[in-house]
Order: sequence, then structure tokens, then C-alpha cells
Amino acid sequence: MKHTLQQIFRSPNFVVGFSIFAVIILTVLIYPMLIPDPPLKIIAQGTFFEPGIYVNTYDTFSAPAYTLKLEGADSKRIASKLNDEDRLAMQKWLVGFGIPENEIDIQNTEALLDLWNTNFDPSKRFQGMTNADRNYYIRLNNSVQGLLSTAPAIIAATDETTGGLVETDRVQQSDYINVSQVSNVRILPLGTDNFGRDVLTELVAATRVSLMIGFVAGFVATLIGLVLGLVSGYVGGWVDDGIMFITNIFTVIPSFVLLILISFSIGQDKRGAFTIATVIGFTSWVWTARAVRSQVISLRNRDHVNLSKLSGHSIFYIIVNDILPYIASYVVMAFILQISSGILAEAGLSILGLGPRTTEVPTLGLMMNWAMIYQAHILGKWWAYFPVIITIALIAFSMNLMNTGMDQVFNPALRD
Amino acid sequence: MTTTMLEVNELSTKYITRFREDVYAVDKVSLKVEEGKSLGIAGESGCGKSTLALSLMGYYFPPLHYTSGDIIINGKNISGLNPDHVRKTILGKEIAYIPQAAMNALNPTRKIIHFIEDVILEHEMYVNKKDIYERAKKLFETLGLPPEVLQRYPVELSGGMKQRTVIAISVLLLPKVLIADEPSSALDVTSQKMVIKMLKHLMEAGFISSMIFITHELPLLYNVVDDIMVMYAGQIVEKGTSHEMVFDPIHPYSKGLMGSIIVPEEGLRDVKLTAIPGVPPNLKKPPAGCRFAERCKFVRPECRVISVPYREAGNGRVYRCIIPEAELREAYSREERTK
Amino acid sequence: MTREKKLYLSAKGVTKIFGLGRQKTLAVDNVDIDLYEGEVVSIVGESGSGKTTLSKILLGLISQTEGEIFFQGVKRDINSHAKKREYWKNIQAIFQDPFSSYNIFNKIDTVLLDCINMRGGRYFPREKKIEMMTEACSFVNLKFEELTNKYPFELSGGQMQRLMIARIFLLQPKILLADEPTSMIDACSRATILDELMHLRKEIGMTIIFITHDIGLAYYVSDKVYIMEKGRFVESGSADEVILTPRHDYTKRLLSDVPKIHEEWDLSTV
Repeated sequence: MKHTLQQIFRSPNFVVGFSIFAVIILTVLIYPMLIPDPPLKIIAQGTFFEPGIYVNTYDTFSAPAYTLKLEGADSKRIASKLNDEDRLAMQKWLVGFGIPENEIDIQNTEALLDLWNTNFDPSKRFQGMTNADRNYYIRLNNSVQGLLSTAPAIIAATDETTGGLVETDRVQQSDYINVSQVSNVRILPLGTDNFGRDVLTELVAATRVSLMIGFVAGFVATLIGLVLGLVSGYVGGWVDDGIMFITNIFTVIPSFVLLILISFSIGQDKRGAFTIATVIGFTSWVWTARAVRSQVISLRNRDHVNLSKLSGHSIFYIIVNDILPYIASYVVMAFILQISSGILAEAGLSILGLGPRTTEVPTLGLMMNWAMIYQAHILGKWWAYFPVIITIALIAFSMNLMNTGMDQVFNPALRD
Repeated sequence: MTTTMLEVNELSTKYITRFREDVYAVDKVSLKVEEGKSLGIAGESGCGKSTLALSLMGYYFPPLHYTSGDIIINGKNISGLNPDHVRKTILGKEIAYIPQAAMNALNPTRKIIHFIEDVILEHEMYVNKKDIYERAKKLFETLGLPPEVLQRYPVELSGGMKQRTVIAISVLLLPKVLIADEPSSALDVTSQKMVIKMLKHLMEAGFISSMIFITHELPLLYNVVDDIMVMYAGQIVEKGTSHEMVFDPIHPYSKGLMGSIIVPEEGLRDVKLTAIPGVPPNLKKPPAGCRFAERCKFVRPECRVISVPYREAGNGRVYRCIIPEAELREAYSREERTK
Repeated sequence: MTREKKLYLSAKGVTKIFGLGRQKTLAVDNVDIDLYEGEVVSIVGESGSGKTTLSKILLGLISQTEGEIFFQGVKRDINSHAKKREYWKNIQAIFQDPFSSYNIFNKIDTVLLDCINMRGGRYFPREKKIEMMTEACSFVNLKFEELTNKYPFELSGGQMQRLMIARIFLLQPKILLADEPTSMIDACSRATILDELMHLRKEIGMTIIFITHDIGLAYYVSDKVYIMEKGRFVESGSADEVILTPRHDYTKRLLSDVPKIHEEWDLSTV
């Protein structure tokens, strides 16, 4: 046993697959301990906040300020407010105003702003200028006002007695605060989703639930498929005909339709993740059964099975010892495929609103579903769906690698 | 004055396994085939005879790798050439290869004529398909194959017919040397005979100049080729004319091999077949001295240490043993008497 | 030599049809065969002649469509697992391809222990079992100490086939069906296998049926030869009679198609 384990861990395929899978499992287990938020808690007002570090602005004022003289701080600030596109727009307005194009140097920020401030008139309209263009120029003008000024920003509080503003603090352009001294900082590595929920927390919870659904669905499907395939392939005759008749019926009826009907008839309240998983398993065993049967048929007439018969072994012994080991790696592979297809089937059901109840737990399918409904893919909010796809792919990939690695160990003919 | 069609000097090739181990499958093999002659290679499975056949083409692909030596076909040295160059200009034109299960190489969804078109269009541009058909038809008629076969799919042909068709396709570009690696071992005896008849006809009619025929079936080899070379563990142990090799082998391994021939002829039942105990050495770590030493009846202590040179036995006969020919013969006749 | 030889196995009018309706193929067509104690018999035929089907019917691995098989004069009854087990104590087989004859997941010990169990040695002490296995291995010149805890595929083809003979040595059946036992093996190992089989026959006095396509091999080993074509026996008789003076055209053709070394091989006949 110990020797076998050593051998398994000597296979590079298995080690890579196992590492990826272990990372996924550990994340799923440890992350909720570090961030105990409920996964579906809405924390953001608004949709699709970008991934990043969110620092509480109010708390930054009370944090101690440090003065740092850093090169290029000004130009970075200006660049963040005045990008190349804006500069070109400004040039376009100025040319329309009548200044020759060669006199405008758009890279010289100071000269450009000077020219703009002296000439810009929001009431002016050129030919072909739409209202939207005009509004854009007004917005642009507002944002560039005071861009070059070096004056500090003033923080004021309302005086309770007079109702007027009283200056409380000044923030210099060279003021810095240390993020670790700010009392409220929230890292959102994957941003927030359409409802304003932390995508990472949601993803971790969803992975846990989806893995469970996948495992249960895969287990149910593989068990049914394996038993039916073994019996029908090895016994043959009318047993085979009967089982294949049922299998063919299941093949012809689209399993997804069946899945929808069963799922619908169960009813909203009873549809937990476990129930959905079992239902998925019951509708997807067909291909496993067919594949196992054809493998068994090709094995049934092999000489080693004949030899086993001649040694007086019973049918049960032959199936377990002379047939099952030969198809084991194949079955494990089918199992892994069933897991990933179980995860996807759940996603499909969730799109139709027939997935598990959504109030407590997210699933990978639901996350994809939400991302799609709120058009994350069109709006370019990649963090809402891309990590989900990667997670599904990694689960299937790591399991396949582990299967290949185990095959090299348990199938003695592949060993060298 | 005969011209040498194929000359191989100390060719060595090896396999590199997926665990980065070297398997020295062909070790310093030298051979020469004259125009109009055929050479047979005999040996147990795993002795490197099929690897030698692959190596002779000069077209190596992993896990097979070239180590050293020269292959000279019709005066051209092809060893160490760019594989792509070899594939385009040497294979099929200078040297052709028929693997054991060649008939399984035919794509079942295409007609035979399409394979012929592929071959010709790859090497000659601007040929019209009608001309190709005429050419193929003529070739098939000369080789005694029914021309209807051209319009058939591979599944409609018997195994023997498929194998003969593949051979016909392989000589389309009139190669100088044909390497046939067990071309008939998957066929029944009648088809085997037809394949052999066709190969002999190819030689006589001048489609090919020389042939290398590889098989483990000695009676077949004896009937097909002029010279026989016996391989053991990647090396040549003996070379001679087929009659000499079958009826008068010198090397103890050849002796054992020839003593295991079974043919349905009178007197067979009185012969005691010779058996060679043991298994061939592992070619990952070939033994230092004679590779046959472990299984040899006449082994001497020095056999395991020194590298055994080739000895001449007259008339182009070569064998590789430290015991001289006369002593070996004496030992054989002593054995004969004690029986 | 006046003692009448015992009739071990006989088949009367055995026919096997595969498939139904239009796809019906007649694999074995009304075959009669008698096998006596201690005989070596060969059934020679090309691929597709039905020789392997016939051997499986005789073994009881598949059932015949028509005809009867008598074992030691009594009609064979293998309708239950226990009866089959009893029958297989008397008739065993060696198959063509040693590489697919073994379950690759079982160790060599398992293969041999199965045989001891079948001969009623399930509750023998471990030492006795090891002794029996060692004896069986040494009979075929294999060393049990080197084989124990190894897998069959770690052996060469010849060694695997010899292990099969060791298996037969432990089982001691009355009849052995050898289905092309040497066709996948090198010429040098072939002699060893045949020698060991013949030695075993002398040792335990069993009948051997060779199923082969190699007419030379059949001639070399057997007393009696049956030539099979398209499911029928076209010629049968003593080996010398059939091979040296063939009467049927098919036998003549088979013989002329095999390459020989002392006679000219006439290529013009095809």
C-alpha cells in the first residue's frame, strides 16, 4: 500500500494534477475561515466594481499624513485625468475655433491648457457639432480646470451652530498615507458582480457546492452506467437486449429535456443542491453504460477471460477480477467527464431557473448565469465570468491528469 | 562488373525511451547489396531486424535516432541528410519500404487509384489524372493484378490483394532498393505465395534492382533471397549465401536457428529440433563481449570480455565468433555422432 | 499393444451457425471427431476454416448449434457452473497469444494458485503450495523463486507460454487443446515449447489436440491429422499418410503453398 502510494506520487502527471486539485480544495476549505462573510452578501452599491484594493476615503483623512517628494507625481496625476484622447479632442476644438493646427503642441500639457483656458467658450458651436459633443467638451473643461494648480485641497466640516463650513484640514499634493494605517481597506481581488457581491468569496463558495454537485452526479451516473454496462456486456443474450432497449430509449429522449421535467416536477422548495445532483446523475448514465458495454464485449472474448473460465471461476469473480481492472481507468475517466458535465448541466438548469434554490448558496453555473444575464461578457467585465470558466477547466484538467497518472501505476502493462 | 546498389558501413541507431534511456537496437551493421541480388535478414523478434529496415531508409523519427555510420544508395550517401529532404527525394525513388502490416495503411474511405494519384502528384507536377490512370493500369497488368482493383475501396479487397496493391504502389516511382519487412506474415499460405511471386517478378522485370527481405520464417527466406544475414541483439552474427546458411551454418546461433526449421517434408519427424535456452540480452545495457555468450553452448571465458571480430570463411562468408570455423564444425559433427 | 485405447472425447455431427437470417455463417459444418487416450491430433486449416470455433466448442466455451459431444462415452452435460468446473478439470487449453492469455493485473503466483485450488488444494498448507508451484515451474525449466511476485508480462513470449504448460502440469487434465501455441513465438523457443509439451504428455498421459495453420508443425508433432476447410474435415488420417500422400485437392494445395527447403518451391501454381 505504502509502495503503491510512493509510485503514484512518482508520476509527474499525477503530482501536477494532484497539486492543482489540492490547491482548489484547500482554498475552498481555508478561505471561508479567513473571510467569514456569507457568500451572497451584497457589499457594493452598484454593479461590476473592478478588481482592486478599495481604501476608505473618509478614513484616509484621519490617518497620519507623510510628505514624500517623488519625481513625476504631477505628470502621473495629470495623465490620469487628461489622456491622449482628451488632448486630441481639445486640439480638435481649438482647430475649429480657428487656431492653426501646427501651433498646438498636444504633448506640452502646460501650453495646451493655457491655450484652452484662454479660448474655450462653452456656448460656442461649430458646424457638425452635436449636443453630445458639446456636453463632452463642457465635462472636459470642468475636469481640466485647476489641473495645474499646486494649491492644497481643503477639507471642511459643517459648523453645527452657524451652519457654515469650517476648514478642518488641508491635503497637500505631496501628502501620502500608509495603507496599513487606514482602518478600513477591502481587497476585492476579483471585484464585485452585478449585485455588488464579492466575486472571490462567491466563487469559493460556488466551487464547493459545484464540486459536490459534480461528484454526486458523476457518482450516480457512473454507478448506474457501470453496473448496466458490465451486466449487459458480459452476460449478453436477452439481458443485453433488454438493457440496451432501455439505454436506447434514454439516448433518444434528450436527457436535458428529461432533466428539466424532473427538476420542474420536484418543485422549488425541495430543490436543494443534492437533489439536483442526483437528478443530473440519473439522466446522464447512458453514455457510460454504452461505452462500458462495448469495452466489456471486446474483453469478453479475450483469452485471459477464457482462461479464467477454464480455471473454474464464477461469473462474478470474472467480472470483478478479469474485466473491471481493464476498464477501471476508462471508468475513472468517464467519471471525471461526468463530474465536469454535471457541473455544466447544473449551469444549464440554473439558466432556466430550475437549478438549486439560490438564496443560500451560489454555484458555478449560477455565477455564469448571472454574468450572462447582466451582460458581463458584452460590457467587458471579465472578472465576473472568466474566473468561473478557469475554475471549471482547472477542476476537469487536474482530475484528468490524476487519472492518467494513476493509470500508469495501476495498469501494470503501462509500467516500464 | 556488378554495381553496388546499397552499401551500409557500421550503421548504428538507437531508440530513446520516454524515460530517456537508450536502447541500442542496431549496432555497427555493415552490409552490401549488389544489383540484381536480394538479401534476407533473419533473427528472433527483438533482434533489431525491423529497426535495421527502418534505419536503412535514412528517415528517422522519434523514438528512433541515428547515431553513426553511412548509408550509400546507388552512390549517394544519405546518412545525416535533412529528414524532409530524404522524404521528398530518396523515399520511393531510391528506396522503398513495405512494413509488416502495410495493407492496414490504406485509408478505407478512398479508392486505390487515389493513393496512386497521391504518390505521382507529390513527385511530378502537371500530370493529368487520365494519364495516371493509364499508367497505373499498365503497371497493374504487368504485375498480374486485375486493373479493376484501381476503382475499388480497400475494404473490398482481400488481405493478400491489399498487400500486393501496396507493394505495387511502393514501386510506382521505380525505386532501386525495396525493403520488405515481413510482407507476408499476416497472410495465409496461398496469399503469401502470391506476394512472394510478385516480389520475385518485380526483381526479374526490373522494377527494382535489389531487395532486402526480412522475416523470421527461414524456409520462406531460403526460397526468396540469394544471401542471408543472421542478426542477433542488434548485430550481424553471420552472412552467406542462402544455401550455405541453411545447410551449413557456422555460428552457433545460426546453427540453432537453422535447426529449428519445420517443413512438411519426408524425414522431418526423425529430426530433433534444436532449442536455444535463455533469452536475448537487454539492449539497454548490451553485454561487453559476445552478445550470444550467455546462451552459447561453446562459450569460453574470454567470450564475455573481448569484442569479437568478424572472421572470413571464404567466398564472401563472414561470421562473428572467436572459435575458428574448423573447430566449430568439428564440435557440430561430434554432436551429430552422439545423437 | 493389444490393449484397446480408451475413447476420451468424441463429437458427432457438430455444427455451429453464427448470426441469424441473411448474415448466417456456417462456421463448423457437421464435424465428427474421435479422440483416444494418449493421442496427439492436429486440426489444420487456414484462418476462417472454423478450427478455432471447433476447439471452443470442444472446450465448452461456446455451445454448438447441432450435434452431440461425448466425454468418455457419456453425453457431455455442462449446464451448470459446477458441472462446467468438473468438465474443465478434464479438458484444458493453451491459447495462441501468450500476451493476451494472462490477466495483466494478476501475479504469476495467482495464475498457478488457481490451478492448485481447482485440483482441490485450496486448503493445503502454504509450504505445500509453494512446493507444488516450484515443481511445476522446474518442469518447464523456469525458476519459481525468480517468478514469484512478478507479473506475466515481465516474461518473454516463450517463457509465458512455458508458464502455460506449467499450469497444465498442475491441472493434469486428460485432454489438452493447444490453439496455435507456437505461432506467436520465435523459432528457437518453439522447439522448447514443443519438447516440453511432449514431455508433459508422456508424464501425465494426456491427449493433445493441436489447432494450427502450420502443416509442417502438424506433421512434426502429431499422430493423426485432420485437414479442415470451410468448417468441414476434407481429409484425415495418420500424419504420414495425409502429408506424404495427400488425396484431397485442398491438402495438396496447402502443401504446395508452403515453402520447403529440400524441394523446389513451385511459384507458378498461384
